[in-house]
Amino acid sequence: MSASPLQAARLILARDLRVALRKRGQFVQPLAFFAIVTTLFPLSISPELARLREIASGVLWVAALLASLLALEFLFRDDAHDGTLEQYALSGQSLTWLVFAKTTAHWLLTGVPLALMAPLAGMALGVPYTALAGIILPLGLGTLVLSLIGAIGAALTLGVRRSGVLLTLLTLPLSMPVLIFGAQATDLAIRGVSYAAPVYLLGAMAVLGVTLAPLAASAAVRISLE
Amino acid sequence: MNEFLHMGGYARFVWPSYALTLAIMILNIVWARRSLSRARAEARRRVLGRSAAP
Amino acid sequence: MTWTWFHRLASPPHVYALAARLTPWFAWPAAALIVAGLYGGLVLAPPDYQQGDGFRIIYVHAPSAWMSLMVYVTMAVSAAVGLIWRMKIAHAAAASCAPIGASFTVAALVTGSLWGRPMWGTYWEWDPRLTSELILLFLYLGYMALRSAIDDVQRADRGSALLAVVGVINVPIIHYSVLWWNSLHQAPSVMKLAKPEMPVAMLLPLLMMLLGFTLFFVALLLVRLRGEILRRERSASWIREALAG
Repeated sequence: MSASPLQAARLILARDLRVALRKRGQFVQPLAFFAIVTTLFPLSISPELARLREIASGVLWVAALLASLLALEFLFRDDAHDGTLEQYALSGQSLTWLVFAKTTAHWLLTGVPLALMAPLAGMALGVPYTALAGIILPLGLGTLVLSLIGAIGAALTLGVRRSGVLLTLLTLPLSMPVLIFGAQATDLAIRGVSYAAPVYLLGAMAVLGVTLAPLAASAAVRISLE
Repeated sequence: MNEFLHMGGYARFVWPSYALTLAIMILNIVWARRSLSRARAEARRRVLGRSAAP
Repeated sequence: MTWTWFHRLASPPHVYALAARLTPWFAWPAAALIVAGLYGGLVLAPPDYQQGDGFRIIYVHAPSAWMSLMVYVTMAVSAAVGLIWRMKIAHAAAASCAPIGASFTVAALVTGSLWGRPMWGTYWEWDPRLTSELILLFLYLGYMALRSAIDDVQRADRGSALLAVVGVINVPIIHYSVLWWNSLHQAPSVMKLAKPEMPVAMLLPLLMMLLGFTLFFVALLLVRLRGEILRRERSASWIREALAG
């Protein structure tokens, strides 16, 4: 009995979500990190909301990027440890779809909560109510692209000891466009101007990422498992 | 000659640029040759070392 | 058309010997072209009517930038060949490219910065071309870091090859960024397919430098390639002979 790739993917997605619910602590970490980092800026720069508003977009996006990098470390880690990942690779199912399912689960567990939590941090940085959608939507798209690109780096560094810094070094160059356009979108929203253009670009990156990144990531998984 | 060194006032941008590029070219030559000699030494140790008569 | 020459390229001892023989054929012409280009660019070419003698930085900046891109593409193509046809030589070539490309990316960034200061008034500007060239440097460094982090040579080869291929998307972004976005960096005047816009006295030394740097790269690649081949070879027989020479 063999399932279609979509069915297999859905199973993996559900499994990952269920497992995550049991290991809630792991997924709170990136959110806590995000909250702490955004707090550091008012403390170190200035408590004046007017000044913070100027840099709010940059602060939110850098903190989100760093938190996502932190979260990437456990995308494949547990499954690689207990041999599940190897089973996926040997299963005869399309590894691309399975990796895509894992990446999607990862985004739902880290990226989406981050995007939903960010408005709180934004308000603490003086962002007006009207701009909150301009935080959630770009961050939602941006964290999706980050998860997709980051999966490639995470797969490439699977066997490496203390891979944290290396993973950052590999993922950052490829995710800089996300940072650039995402921060631009949020900044335009804060100024009350239309932020459609950068959001479309983020959307295009997301489409490109969804179609190509899982292919590269699954190739990277196979290489690392050799 | 002085005019040449002066580079129309841009000397402090032009000459460091050339110096750096030259330095990087020399660095590349040295680096590449060292990499090759190191690989030869390793290969020699690997291949001939083991079969060296005690 | 016999493909023997292609199959022989997969034979390490053959490539090792060939690389040694070919190196001087690239190294000396490179030196000659660069010396001639330097003379032409520094002495013979007239000063620019806008930038005066400052424009002469182009004779080291443009070749460095060209190298940074060309070497990356070579690295990515070699990596792809290595992944698809599982040729060790291709992986050896890719590994050889990285340090060369990274160092010339640094050269391009620094000489560009020194050129930018008098002409644009700033050492750095976060415009698309400079930013993506900086990203290129990080890609090179990440490639080299990944290689050194993985102990098994084969896995290091294949993992870094994948990284190189994924990163190649940055190269067209660097090249076309000056067309897609209004930015500080000037639009291409040489690398257009149409007739370049520079006067011949300025253009000729530049072309000589570009060609000279390219030949220099090939010579460097051949030297490094030999070392990388040795590192990947287990069988003793041909190595004994090669090392005796």
